[in-house]
Amino acid sequence: MGIAAMKTLSSAADLERLRNRILSRRDSEKPCVVTSVGTCGVVRGSGAVAKAIPKALSSLKIKHLVDFKTTGCHGFCEIEPVVVIYPERVLYQRVTSADIPEIINETLVNNKIIERLLYVDRLTGKKIVNEQDIPFYNRQTRVILDNNRLVDPHKIEDYLALGGYSALCKALFHMQPEGIIAEIKKSGLRGRGGAGFPTGIKWEACRNAPCSDDIRYVICNADEGDPGAYMDRSLLEGNPHSVIEGMIIGAYAVGAHDGYVYVRLEYPLALKNLGIALGRAREYGFLGQNILGSGFDFDVKISRGGGAFICGESTALMASLEGKVGEPRQKHIHTAVQGLYGRPTNLNNVETWANVPLIINRGADWYSQIGTEGSKGTKIFSLVGKINNTGLVEVPMGIRLREIIYGIGGGIPRGKKFKAIQTGGPSGGCLPESLIDLPVDFDRLTEVGSMMGSGGMIVMDENNCMVDIARYFVNFLTEESCGKCVPCREGLDRMQDILTDITEGRGKEGDIELLEELGDLLKESSLCALGTTASNPVLSTIKYFRAEYEAHIREKRCPAGVCKALITFMVDSEKCTGCGVCLRECPQEAIFGEKKKPHTIDQSKCIRCGLCRDSCKFEAIIVA
Amino acid sequence: MMNHYEKVKTIVDKYGGNHDSVISILQDIQSEYHYLPEHALRAVASQLGLPLIQICGVATFFKAFSLKPRGEHTVTVCLGTACHVRGAPAVLGEVKRQLGIEPNNTTDDMLFTLETVNCLGACALGPIMVIDGRYHGQMGPGKAKKILKK
Repeated sequence: MGIAAMKTLSSAADLERLRNRILSRRDSEKPCVVTSVGTCGVVRGSGAVAKAIPKALSSLKIKHLVDFKTTGCHGFCEIEPVVVIYPERVLYQRVTSADIPEIINETLVNNKIIERLLYVDRLTGKKIVNEQDIPFYNRQTRVILDNNRLVDPHKIEDYLALGGYSALCKALFHMQPEGIIAEIKKSGLRGRGGAGFPTGIKWEACRNAPCSDDIRYVICNADEGDPGAYMDRSLLEGNPHSVIEGMIIGAYAVGAHDGYVYVRLEYPLALKNLGIALGRAREYGFLGQNILGSGFDFDVKISRGGGAFICGESTALMASLEGKVGEPRQKHIHTAVQGLYGRPTNLNNVETWANVPLIINRGADWYSQIGTEGSKGTKIFSLVGKINNTGLVEVPMGIRLREIIYGIGGGIPRGKKFKAIQTGGPSGGCLPESLIDLPVDFDRLTEVGSMMGSGGMIVMDENNCMVDIARYFVNFLTEESCGKCVPCREGLDRMQDILTDITEGRGKEGDIELLEELGDLLKESSLCALGTTASNPVLSTIKYFRAEYEAHIREKRCPAGVCKALITFMVDSEKCTGCGVCLRECPQEAIFGEKKKPHTIDQSKCIRCGLCRDSCKFEAIIVA
Repeated sequence: MMNHYEKVKTIVDKYGGNHDSVISILQDIQSEYHYLPEHALRAVASQLGLPLIQICGVATFFKAFSLKPRGEHTVTVCLGTACHVRGAPAVLGEVKRQLGIEPNNTTDDMLFTLETVNCLGACALGPIMVIDGRYHGQMGPGKAKKILKK
């Protein structure tokens, strides 16, 4: 009988037997070629790479000697597609399908390293052979994300081989629901979705909430709406069983038998991989009736979002799950007490759920050693924007921003100057260079006017305009405000008007003060967290970058050269070779000049679309 | 041939006629018709036993739904923060100029619909443009123009 034909597991002993059988068929010394086919990888062509590998193995007739595995995202998006060869973990970066026959032949057969495909450390200029020696990886603490590189999300066996579902066994057979809740409380785990509410306390409230028919729900919030944050996508795509296992443990602890995962529609691969994983978990008896023979029943449904940012808010999400418009309600009574269909509902974010099996397996004492006084464990951040090493970064709470940006992130590209880091998505704020040694945890970030949010970190350099960024977030929130309460709906609209005026050269004295007043009003009087935090991007940029606002208002100047109405494109006659590319690209026919002589831009025709700057190979188009 | 009512019924039945599946049902209808036709909304309301206004409310609340017929090809420009700081507005500007339409509109020949999205979560590759589900990374206005010309 093959492993796949194995029947539903009906006891903890069954699971251990299966695990041992899977492990006995695996040889950790056998070479294995791994490539990641998460969204980032696929965009860069890892699909073709993944097809080429088995083909190359077959043509050399070594298919039986070498394993091949596709995984989700490893987190270092910048160097995708990657190919990693085990057991040594030789890493090749930016691989194309054309490189595959050479990789197989040289590295696997002849045991030679291909120099040109190696990762080059930016700081030292040295080539690095092994994945584990790359600073981006080895400066992190990857307790959750690390399994992404070892698991084929379509194969539950990979997850089981790593000890998967053993935390569930421990919870079901060796712990009482109250004990599980006590362990989670003791661990200090706080919600990773943004607000940082203590998870154990929420579970306890849900378990103890009165409910006449004793129906309770658990929900996994995978409506990861913060632009620039994608750790939840990566977990669902790469290691969905870790989230499912966390949910089953949580459901057992609070006494729920029905669960939902609310996934945003913009994540097609996460939806697919989660669907496959749920199917597998059901086949093996981790979901459904009488899970592992424990007598506990639980199953999970997937619900797709509809592209509304507000549905990441718990009450709006639940309204939308009920088939209604996704509007939030006031939370005098928490959703843990009265949530979905008016019943006690425990909602946690993807990353929070993924932390649960870890805490149950390794214990609250181990977990709470990581992190700071008020924020325990690790947090996954997505480090994006103007940063050399774009990717997912898992670090202990309390790490300093400097280590994230320079130590792991490798600094700012093209030698530009760091200007700000935006954390917390549209509800967060922009932090300046003076705060670069800030320890990152829930409380410190809130103190300085930003927040943890779901963990997006967008790095900005000197070429980003902070007023433009504030306007960007206010535009975003104006569009996403559900319109139910007046302060948020009207307040954001007015803030948008004022910011648009400032960026288009119509700003006047008193605008900054008015923005501050509106911002405080939104904080005090909006219905839900979208409104109460909506002014953070504006207030934080005013607080730390006031001079930039003043330059726009008083001098009608955008110091960063971003705001279209306040800038002009000019040709640097020293650098211009007169090649004529910009002249041909210009949609307005605003560029003229003779061949091989510096060109000129007719300012009366120029619409500042940026095509000339984009097409110039000599960086001869300057913005002033 | 299946009539419209039956087509909708097949989709509704797939979800067991549950109220918690309204969004999923509408999504499946939209992938069938490329938009949400009025008759389909009426059919969903009557088959689920929900007021039409609730279905219309959901259909107009969520960005993913369109009540207008859409073009053969969908061009989506990501306006997430990471894409924004790397120049997505210039990309969108160029796409608008090339297609001659504003976001959420369709060209007169029904060939292209232009949409924007708030983040695709592939921030390392920003700015991103998606054409019919195929991702194109590290866009600039010039590169976007070339891809659209094709």
